[in-house]
Amino acid sequence: MIKKIVLMGNPNVGKSVVFSRLTGANVISSNYPGTTVDFLKGKMRLDGTPVDIIDAPGTYSLSPSNKAEEVALKMLKDADVVINVVDSTNLERNLYLTLELLEKEIPVIIALNLWDEAKHLGIYIDEKQMEEMLEVPVVPIVAITGEGVKELVDKIKKAKSPKKIKPTIEEARWIEIGQIIKKVEKIEHKHHKLRERLEDLTIKPITGIPISLAIIIGAFWVVRLIGETLIQYVLDPIFNNYYLPVLNRLSNIIGDNFLHTLLLGEHGVELEFIESLGILTTGLYVPIAVVLPYIIAFYFMLSILEDTGYLPRLATLVDNVFHKLGMHGHGIVPMFLGLGCNVPGALATRTLETRKQRFISATLLAIAIPCMAQLAMIFGILGNYGVFYIGIVFITLGILYVFLGLVLNKFVKGESPEIFLEIPPYRKPDFKATFKKTWMRIRWFLKEAIPFLFLGVLIINVLYAVGFLQWLGSILAPVMQGLFGLPGEASTALVIGFLRKDIATGMLLTIDGMGPMQLTIAATMLTIYFPCVATFAVLIRELGIKDMIKSSIIMIFTTVIVGFIMKIVLLGV
Amino acid sequence: MSMNEKTISLIQLPQKKKAKIVSVQGGHQFNRRMCVMGLREGQIVEIVSKQPFRGPLTISIGNCKMTMGRGMAHKIYVEEI
Repeated sequence: MIKKIVLMGNPNVGKSVVFSRLTGANVISSNYPGTTVDFLKGKMRLDGTPVDIIDAPGTYSLSPSNKAEEVALKMLKDADVVINVVDSTNLERNLYLTLELLEKEIPVIIALNLWDEAKHLGIYIDEKQMEEMLEVPVVPIVAITGEGVKELVDKIKKAKSPKKIKPTIEEARWIEIGQIIKKVEKIEHKHHKLRERLEDLTIKPITGIPISLAIIIGAFWVVRLIGETLIQYVLDPIFNNYYLPVLNRLSNIIGDNFLHTLLLGEHGVELEFIESLGILTTGLYVPIAVVLPYIIAFYFMLSILEDTGYLPRLATLVDNVFHKLGMHGHGIVPMFLGLGCNVPGALATRTLETRKQRFISATLLAIAIPCMAQLAMIFGILGNYGVFYIGIVFITLGILYVFLGLVLNKFVKGESPEIFLEIPPYRKPDFKATFKKTWMRIRWFLKEAIPFLFLGVLIINVLYAVGFLQWLGSILAPVMQGLFGLPGEASTALVIGFLRKDIATGMLLTIDGMGPMQLTIAATMLTIYFPCVATFAVLIRELGIKDMIKSSIIMIFTTVIVGFIMKIVLLGV
Repeated sequence: MSMNEKTISLIQLPQKKKAKIVSVQGGHQFNRRMCVMGLREGQIVEIVSKQPFRGPLTISIGNCKMTMGRGMAHKIYVEEI
């Protein structure tokens, strides 16, 4: 009885496209227990009965060299059948894992993916001969068009563990692979002229760097387009036309009391999504209608960059900068996602290999990368005074990212290994798989971040209602004036900013005696000094409590120094 | 295969020149990692690009391309062909 099917294969062989072809809509992304490795799990029907299907992390061999490969190995142990997805254009290298799988006593079926591409490249594989030699079913497929997938499903039950292939040593496997290749593969070299030209242009620094800038600008443009469209045509109408009337009725029912302040905001004034500051008003509106649309847009764009094969090239081009900051080229991913919301950015620090790399990436993210809510805040505070002041904030953040990265690279203990990644050929993304991936990531975000956002609003509303924040602010007021040249009231705004940057913005704007320079200082400090409570909670989990305390000390220290320097430079006192 | 005066490290290989891998001289773990990615004795490599300021190199081997840091490339010895 087949209950669990596991997809195994090298990275970049189109495994996730095969997975998305085999599964229905009900796919979940989970965390392998005790690790930070994520994998996809779904269901498919086999003769009318539902079967679990798992997309294991890509691995080159079964002797693991990293966490993801360890997880892949563990998943193998519960498999009833393994579908080994093989890249037909790279048969020799892929066969190593295949042989290792065949040595285990688990039924295997081989899917020769990218069959069409292999033919284009002049690579011909005799799948019948291969079936004979390996004693397991071999099915050529083109996952992206769905060709051969039905046949693959039909043959799953015929998967078996061969008798001839016995566990052996590395050298013997390579010899065996050589013999198989000689018999089953014929190559007449053909070239994809246009694609190869494009691949060359995008990785050579002289042409690659300008192209990468254009692609990044283009990506941001698309992100903005998607984000704004979603807000304007979908979320705002829903909130204004359907949700607001409900809240107004609720306001009448509750009446003027503490509960009203907590849930909806101040009683007696018109309810407003940005300014009311209740859990059900601002608390729901900001994460769902302001931040979420951009998270959707950023995740979608990231999936496209990944699925086309551009991301590894971008990582190659930016590697020398990021390596000097103690990370490697993949450090650009948390940075990119962080501009939408720091929570996905913090979750993406997992793609880096060592503790040192993750620590630096997370700390820099929290300090120097403003999320969409913070960007809105910066523009909200300084927009009236012109681009010059906004420019000061961004230049400060940019300098801070690089400078702090250099310093942390020098002083944080641990290793920052060099980049080592495969550069897959460019491929047309499969939109079904891309959408599925985007959706999975969004669902993950909702699960991880939304509860904390609510909790944040709840805590701040309670603390504000009982007067604690005002009290803390008044204690810190002298520090504000002395160190940063800001009015004492600004301290309350900064304290509140830990939980809610958007409320802090509103408060700063109502303080008298804040000139544009003071607002610039306040906006910069508000951006760098702490991430929001949701990011904070995620970072505690990703880094561990000890490292998060260290990271927080760096954040506070940096804020004080930057605020002080800005006071001297901008205010001249 | 043995090393001789024609043997150079992969970093020294000029772009667009093909070379045969003579030996991979890292730890056991490193060698195996290279091996499963196709970087084995006798395989033909070519440098696709070198990033400036001691950035990584991108090489092509068979139908694969990969990016690696210079420290890694240093441990791979080749002979131009």
